[in-house]
Amino acid sequence: MLESADPKVAPNAIAAAVEAETPSEETYKKRGIGVFAWISIGWIVFIVVIAFLAPVLPLKSPMIGDYAHPNAAAFSPGHLLGSDASGRDVLSRVIWGARASLLLAVGSVLFGVLIGGLLGLIAGFRGRTTDTVLSGGFNILLAFPQLVLALTLVSVLAPLKTESNGAPPAPHEWAHRILVVILAVGIVSIPILARITRASAISWTQREFVMAARAQGASERRVMFREVLPNVLPAMLSIALLGVAIVLVLEGALAVFGVSIQEPNPSWGNMIYSQLSDLSASPAVWIVPSLLIFLTVLALNYLGDVVRSRFDVRESVL
Amino acid sequence: MQVVARRLIQLVVVLLVVTFFTSILTALLPGDPVTTIAPFSSAQDRATLRQQLHLNENVVERYGQWLANFSTGNMGREYAGNGIRGTDIWGRIKDTLPRSLTLMLYVQILTLLIAVPLGVYTAYRAGSRVDDVANGIAFFLLSIPIYVAATLMLLFLSVQHHLLPSEGWVSITTNPVEHFKHLVMPVLAITLGQIAVYARLLRTDMVATLQEDFILMAKSKGISERRVLWRHALRPSSLTLLTVAGLNVGTLIGGALIVEVIFHLNGLGFAIYDAISRRQYIALQDYIAVIAIVYVLVNFAVDALYHVLDPRIRGARIG
Repeated sequence: MLESADPKVAPNAIAAAVEAETPSEETYKKRGIGVFAWISIGWIVFIVVIAFLAPVLPLKSPMIGDYAHPNAAAFSPGHLLGSDASGRDVLSRVIWGARASLLLAVGSVLFGVLIGGLLGLIAGFRGRTTDTVLSGGFNILLAFPQLVLALTLVSVLAPLKTESNGAPPAPHEWAHRILVVILAVGIVSIPILARITRASAISWTQREFVMAARAQGASERRVMFREVLPNVLPAMLSIALLGVAIVLVLEGALAVFGVSIQEPNPSWGNMIYSQLSDLSASPAVWIVPSLLIFLTVLALNYLGDVVRSRFDVRESVL
Repeated sequence: MQVVARRLIQLVVVLLVVTFFTSILTALLPGDPVTTIAPFSSAQDRATLRQQLHLNENVVERYGQWLANFSTGNMGREYAGNGIRGTDIWGRIKDTLPRSLTLMLYVQILTLLIAVPLGVYTAYRAGSRVDDVANGIAFFLLSIPIYVAATLMLLFLSVQHHLLPSEGWVSITTNPVEHFKHLVMPVLAITLGQIAVYARLLRTDMVATLQEDFILMAKSKGISERRVLWRHALRPSSLTLLTVAGLNVGTLIGGALIVEVIFHLNGLGFAIYDAISRRQYIALQDYIAVIAIVYVLVNFAVDALYHVLDPRIRGARIG
């Protein structure tokens, strides 16, 4: 992979990123995305379908334990992937957990892409005062370490319950928690996505076809959405794929702090966290979701890279 | 000189905005913050607490109060219950911040020690077998979350083989050997993923630099390959790496928070975890402000370093 083979490229990546060059002809001529990309797509589709089908699959309850068989080993009868300390089936929890984790990841990236992307597009397209004001806002949000900001937003938006009387939480609590985390993580991702979109929008706005559209009397809105936006999309897609991967990991980090999906509802992150105090009791409980996060993140990273190299999106914008 | 002054003013403004933002957080708490902070308290205790937290004043006044207290180190105590003296917040920051910074420093040093040679070598041998293998491994390492690396190491090295202590912090002055033994796993857990990020960045820039005229010039003068790589090509190629290493302080603080919780290192990250789980939102505000300030200051320092590293930037500002 010999990226930036242009000998005239300045070693200064930030400047280079802003004047991100046009995709070369060869980039488009490359056909086929390779075996690994297809495996990655296959894996992601598999995970999404399984998570989607959770209610109709013949699974044990993810929340009610089989008290006769706590800490069952993997491949034991009745529990294909073992069970946790309360006898809850790991396979079932991991699949129901996938629903929460994927919903969170996709939801917050969608939120971030919609708002951050729009703000970035406007900043890059309008320039001048609009750009100064918006970029100032992005920079302030970026002055916080991301995990700390996400952590704070989640814990402030939905303080942990003071007492729990052991009753299973109502379904709306699950949905509420997911919404809060989506909102918090989405807000954190806005400035990052906005900055990338802005850089890309600036370079496309200066192109001749945009000037031509303007010369023909196209409205500003039309130029922005019909001329500039379609060209900015590949960069956003590549970043969105990486974003989903990042949020999947982040969910686990939030779970380590105890502010992700609340027990007894499963998510990949809180399954890992639930075993931190005793790793060897039933290793499957945390190894299975760890492996799932790893494989899904690997697949998303790889696909993001494929999209990036196909459309020549500069990673240095990050 | 004027540039320095302008940057300093910018720094102060950012710090004010960032701390103001954290200050609004208590205002954002749903319902009455006092019931969240002290759920089992008498009406009188709540009134006192409300007074202490200046909740009867508006956000701006409260921020003024907070700023005055924060800058004089007079931050008060964590709420512990009626009449009980909670942990002194400033004392806790003084104890925990150095730990988090030490952890971050070790991570940065170890990462650079491994990633720089790796990046230089893969750039030098770009397209070769070694380069491909390194790229593949980088992908794998990048996809392992910090907490997964940490728990795996804990299971194998601590729980099953008892090679390393699983938790706690030992000061370097009390026992240097134990100090490093306690930090091997926390540092490694964060470093693994970072190596891949840094090495790939350096490789990309280095490949571009190696095609520049002055490298050809240096080679044609008969300077050894090694000297060209390390003395002529590395310095101009290290700018992006430096930027990212600086920006990464934020990510590393996050990573440090996680390993601090997993390995019970009792740094600032653990303090934040503790504050959240005990609903100490006022203390939380102070801890977050400290982290944000460190982050902003480090980025400021990185920006200043550019001018030292690349003579071409002196005069012309980028970004």
